[in-house]
Amino acid sequence: MADKKTLGGHDKKFLMGLLESMHRIRAFEEKAGQMYGLRKIGGFCHLYSGQEAVAVGVISALDLSTDYVLTGYRDHGHALACGMDPKAAMAELYGKAAGCSKGKGGSMHFFDAGKHMLGGNGIVGAQIPVAAGVAFAQAYRGRLSGSQPTGATVCFFGDGAIHQGAFHEAFNLAGIWKLPLILVVENNQWGMGTSWKKVSSNEDFSAMAGAYAAHGEAVDGMDVLAVHDAAVRAVKRAKAAGEPALLEARTYRYKGHSMSDPQKYRTREEVETYRARDPILLLEGRMEEAGLLSAREKEALRAEAEAIAEEAAAFAEASPEPAADELYTDVYADRESGETAPSEASWQS
Amino acid sequence: MAVLTYREALNRALDEELARDDRVLLMGEEVGEYDGAYKVSKGLLAKYGPNRVLDTPITELGFTGLGVGAAMAGLRPVVEWMTHNFALLALDQVVNEAAKMRYMSGGQFSVPIVFRGPNGPAEYLASQHSQALESYWAHVPGLKVVAPATPADAYGLLKSAIRDDDPVVMLEAEMMYGLKGEVPDGEFLVPIGKAEVRRPGSDVTLITYSKPLWTVLEAAEELARQGFSAEVLDLRTLRPLDEEAIYASVRKTNRCVVVTESWPQASVASHVAWLVSRNCFDRLDAPVELVSGEDVPMPYNHALELAAQPNVPKVVAAARRVLYAEG
Ligand SMILES: Cc1ncc(C[n+]2csc(CCOP(=O)(O)OP(=O)(O)O)c2C)c(N)n1
Ligand SMILES: [Mg+2]
Repeated sequence: MADKKTLGGHDKKFLMGLLESMHRIRAFEEKAGQMYGLRKIGGFCHLYSGQEAVAVGVISALDLSTDYVLTGYRDHGHALACGMDPKAAMAELYGKAAGCSKGKGGSMHFFDAGKHMLGGNGIVGAQIPVAAGVAFAQAYRGRLSGSQPTGATVCFFGDGAIHQGAFHEAFNLAGIWKLPLILVVENNQWGMGTSWKKVSSNEDFSAMAGAYAAHGEAVDGMDVLAVHDAAVRAVKRAKAAGEPALLEARTYRYKGHSMSDPQKYRTREEVETYRARDPILLLEGRMEEAGLLSAREKEALRAEAEAIAEEAAAFAEASPEPAADELYTDVYADRESGETAPSEASWQS
Repeated sequence: MAVLTYREALNRALDEELARDDRVLLMGEEVGEYDGAYKVSKGLLAKYGPNRVLDTPITELGFTGLGVGAAMAGLRPVVEWMTHNFALLALDQVVNEAAKMRYMSGGQFSVPIVFRGPNGPAEYLASQHSQALESYWAHVPGLKVVAPATPADAYGLLKSAIRDDDPVVMLEAEMMYGLKGEVPDGEFLVPIGKAEVRRPGSDVTLITYSKPLWTVLEAAEELARQGFSAEVLDLRTLRPLDEEAIYASVRKTNRCVVVTESWPQASVASHVAWLVSRNCFDRLDAPVELVSGEDVPMPYNHALELAAQPNVPKVVAAARRVLYAEG
């Protein structure tokens, strides 16, 4: 029976879920890029294409009823992997009221409280201490009731971000306070146009965990199963012992840093080398080999992902703009006491 | 009514809030074993234990950001900065994370956190340890900023800040921790966003906040001896400003001096002076005056450091200028 077959200990349903999730991100980013070209989307827009195995592999190891995810500005993939509605995501790129952040965040600031996706951060590395704080709250609640942390928190960031003081300060805090924090450095090998090797005194990021007496592990970031398995191990330790971890996922981004990047710093051949190890093709190939994926299923997944992205764009297009007075909401919890209303009025008069 | 020092009033507020709500916790450098660099947290570690009163490493950005995340996840941290001078290392976490989280998430996340510590000129500490930085915080939408000048306000504003659903920056003053004042015995809150008339008067309004209040009250006394009735308005909250109270006073006296120990350019005080000029234009009998810290880094030499700060003669002279009573 085909259904009894597994790959690396994972059953077909689970594997199809991973594949579907990666396809949806890829198709979403393709559509976003296309719509950016049509000027439907503005500003910075950092596409995740090529890195899908990292978000999908890690987030599939979480229980998002208790665990949390934070990331940087290259956040579309993480948000979708958390289960954000692609319509809300695309509407956010369009700056529409139905966007996941009401059109106030844009590409870099996707948030979804219900899915425990705590953002999208534009300051390189700044999300790392914040994530440590979320993990702190999980540990704190556990400690007050004499039990384990109430969940784990995953924080994604790049090979550029790992050198920020924010990373080192937060990692140390997670160590001394035993926080269930899993730091995932997505080493896509480039900052904007700076090679990671040029700016790192250590070419093994996972070794940096040693400085904080924490668990460090390097993993092939194109191999979604390897990423998933490493994340499962880290999450388990984090929840049981409040032990922070650093996972280095070696990956690659296919597109420019943002939309306006002529990519003079790298060769077409380099990009092609990594495309040959594409995370989606890699999993598809292995599933086919194991008799877990038919040509028809493969095509259906791709087509469905494209249809969802298409539908998201249509939804975003048709969605209304935010009302003009939305400019002034969400600054303070209590608008009456929070807003400096009189001076606002005097500036407008 | 008990007479408490400013330090004791803060301690009482922290103690009561820690007891009231187990989502409240205190973290910062030396807040635990050492009882706080200025002893504000004295006894709290012993009472509430290391889960709720946490000594941090000397990493202002790290633990400030950690507080922000903890607040997003539903706790109510009080982050003590040993002084506001060192909080500059945490500026990013306050400005880009705490202040903007609600807005950029479209209202999905609150950051109920208090950042507090001493601010403003001290004595013999020179330029890096002796400066008034409130304008940095007051500049930022999404933050609330309070600067109590009395023990009662320190108590009542800290309690309000802890219960507030938005990030609040609190400015204390190293030179005020020993200041004594009456604090009502029962629990009370001082609302954020409300100024207080400290001395009623009819000829000129002197607007100030934090430690300079005491200088300004002395100046008002001196002005009274000279035959002028000065009203003293203590802003107490720097964001949101109590504009109604400001305009009500100036519309009564028709003259205004703003006093701050911060630098003059792009400051809370210069903003208040602009608001008054703009919104009380028809009622003003003289241009608004500003008495600020001198526009220099703080020197070490004592005579020079005193010269760098507002004092009674400077405030009196400014008041006499707007009263056209110079010389
Ligand atoms: C503190 C800060 N400095 C600089 C920037 C500008 N910047 C945005 S992305 C980026 C490169 C970051 O590279 P990396 O961490 O590897 O992430 P990636 O873009 O590869 O996902 C830089 C320098 C910023 N946003 N924040
Ligand atoms: Mg990178």
